[in-house]
Amino acid sequence: MEKIPFHAFVHESTRKDRSDQSFLKITIKRFCMNKLAVIGFLALVVIIFGSLFAPFLVSHNPAAQNLMERLQPPSSMHWFGTDEYGRDIFSRVFYGARVSLLVGFASVLGGIFVGTMIGAMAGFYGGWVDNILMRMVDLVNAFPSIFLLITIVTLLEPSLTNIVIVFILLGWTGTARLVRGEFLKIRQEEYIWAAKSIGMSNLRIMLFHMLPNAIGPIIVAATLGVGGVILAESGLSFLGLGIQPPTPSWGNMLQGAQSLSIMVMAPWYPFFPGLMILITVLAFNFVGDGLRDAMDPKLDGRR
Amino acid sequence: MVQTFFQVENLKKYFPIRGGILGREMGVVRAVDDVTFSIKKGETLGLVGESGCGKSTTGRALLRLIEPTAGRISFEGKEITSLSQEEMRKMRRDMQMVFQDPFASLNPRHTVERILEEPLIVHGIGDRKERKKRVRELLDVVGLTAYHAKRYPHQFSGGQRQRIVIARALALNPKLIIADEPVSALDVSIQAQVLNLLQDLQKEFQLTYLFIAHDLSVVKHISDRVGVMYLGRLIELAEKKILYQYPRHPYTQALLSSVPFPDPDYKKERIILQGDVPSPANVPQGCAFHTRCSLVMERCKTQRPELKESGPGHFVACHLYDKI
Repeated sequence: MEKIPFHAFVHESTRKDRSDQSFLKITIKRFCMNKLAVIGFLALVVIIFGSLFAPFLVSHNPAAQNLMERLQPPSSMHWFGTDEYGRDIFSRVFYGARVSLLVGFASVLGGIFVGTMIGAMAGFYGGWVDNILMRMVDLVNAFPSIFLLITIVTLLEPSLTNIVIVFILLGWTGTARLVRGEFLKIRQEEYIWAAKSIGMSNLRIMLFHMLPNAIGPIIVAATLGVGGVILAESGLSFLGLGIQPPTPSWGNMLQGAQSLSIMVMAPWYPFFPGLMILITVLAFNFVGDGLRDAMDPKLDGRR
Repeated sequence: MVQTFFQVENLKKYFPIRGGILGREMGVVRAVDDVTFSIKKGETLGLVGESGCGKSTTGRALLRLIEPTAGRISFEGKEITSLSQEEMRKMRRDMQMVFQDPFASLNPRHTVERILEEPLIVHGIGDRKERKKRVRELLDVVGLTAYHAKRYPHQFSGGQRQRIVIARALALNPKLIIADEPVSALDVSIQAQVLNLLQDLQKEFQLTYLFIAHDLSVVKHISDRVGVMYLGRLIELAEKKILYQYPRHPYTQALLSSVPFPDPDYKKERIILQGDVPSPANVPQGCAFHTRCSLVMERCKTQRPELKESGPGHFVACHLYDKI
């Protein structure tokens, strides 16, 4: 092999940079090309905004009863009608959004945190650590979750905090499995060998090198998870085991509308909270799917 | 010689094969089996062999990226096999690695600046400003420029990425660099540049290289001495010129006869080996090569040949040379 002068090849670097963009920018760009995901995202923005600023948006106190105006149909006074105590459903739906979203976000954040830590340990260390942690996951998953939820909530009192704790206790396993799988895969990447050979501590490798590369699937799972928890909380409240009235949540509003006579006489009463649950859960699913596609490098340039 | 710079004795790395529900050990893959060699300060030792012969595992076991099953490794007289994790972490300043695939060995989420700065942060070298300066120096040394610092690995070509990998390895001013197939993933034209860069850096920083490759001409170009591996064993080790001109081990002879010669009129004797490489999970008794060797003798099937000096500085593990 001839010795080739060094500077002869510096021009290698002048090839056109097709992207001066970071991963984040590319993801956002691709996300915006997915119509359903964008619609879902906008719906979520409206719902979150509405729940945050509920006191300024609604004209009625959500807890104010007015027995003279029971089960009124939607009108200019009460946009979504009134319930069996004459409370304004429009106000209650937006105040209920606060509770439902809070339970959704808090449970998922907690579950993601616990699940990521456990999954990361299992995936990074492997061997017996992995074995023990994954058997714990199996143990939690082996319980029928609805039954367990009902039992725990009945034993404890059904407050918002307790409900969130129960959702975290049951919800971390999916994330743990997911993160473990990602870590097992990433552990074999050459840049992790490189990080070790440089002399990085295990904690540093996990936090700065493995976690950022596993964050995509975690975000997707979290987004989809929020929808799931909102649905589960509604179900629990519908059974009277979730958030207790008079605090409005979508689930306990449905519980109030349970009886046949109300459903026949005032179909708008179950309709609006039900619609909100539907829109919110769908929106989270669309956004989750959109994020997954946007972050998948294999789908590059297809849409 | 007062003390050997880098000494490897009886290095072994066995991977257990587990099976059944209880994960019982069903057998072992002898990825590296009793390898002994030393590297002198400032030299380049090439390590060649087919894929799967344990070259890369050897490289990784030497830096304890994979914990060796047995054996002693000493660096500047200091035994590193018995160091604790924390002591080993500090030792890594002096021993660095360049990896094979420049598309995989850089974290895709970090900018070049971050990648080059991180070794310095990890070992607590310099303050922010000094580190930034060092990053620019490093980029300069490997033939890149300061404006490359803010970019991400995916914005570079393979050759440039390998330069970044080399710069990262140099960041801590190491004494020994283990280069695991550093040019195999690159185009031939780019290979030459990277090899030249490695040689220039060796002169400039008095580096010692262990150069792992499967490409015989690349190894010939860069090495001072060359070792040949077969099925996890080191079977021949000699000065480059001697090894390439007078290979002794039948496997080395066959391997060298496979190198293409760029002259269409040149007719040469090509030794074609019969059969496949045996599985490292089931290494033949005696000499690992006896199943394919044309000069096989009865004792090769039972007795494993030791790596012995059969000429000045020429080590070979073959019963054919026992008389000498």
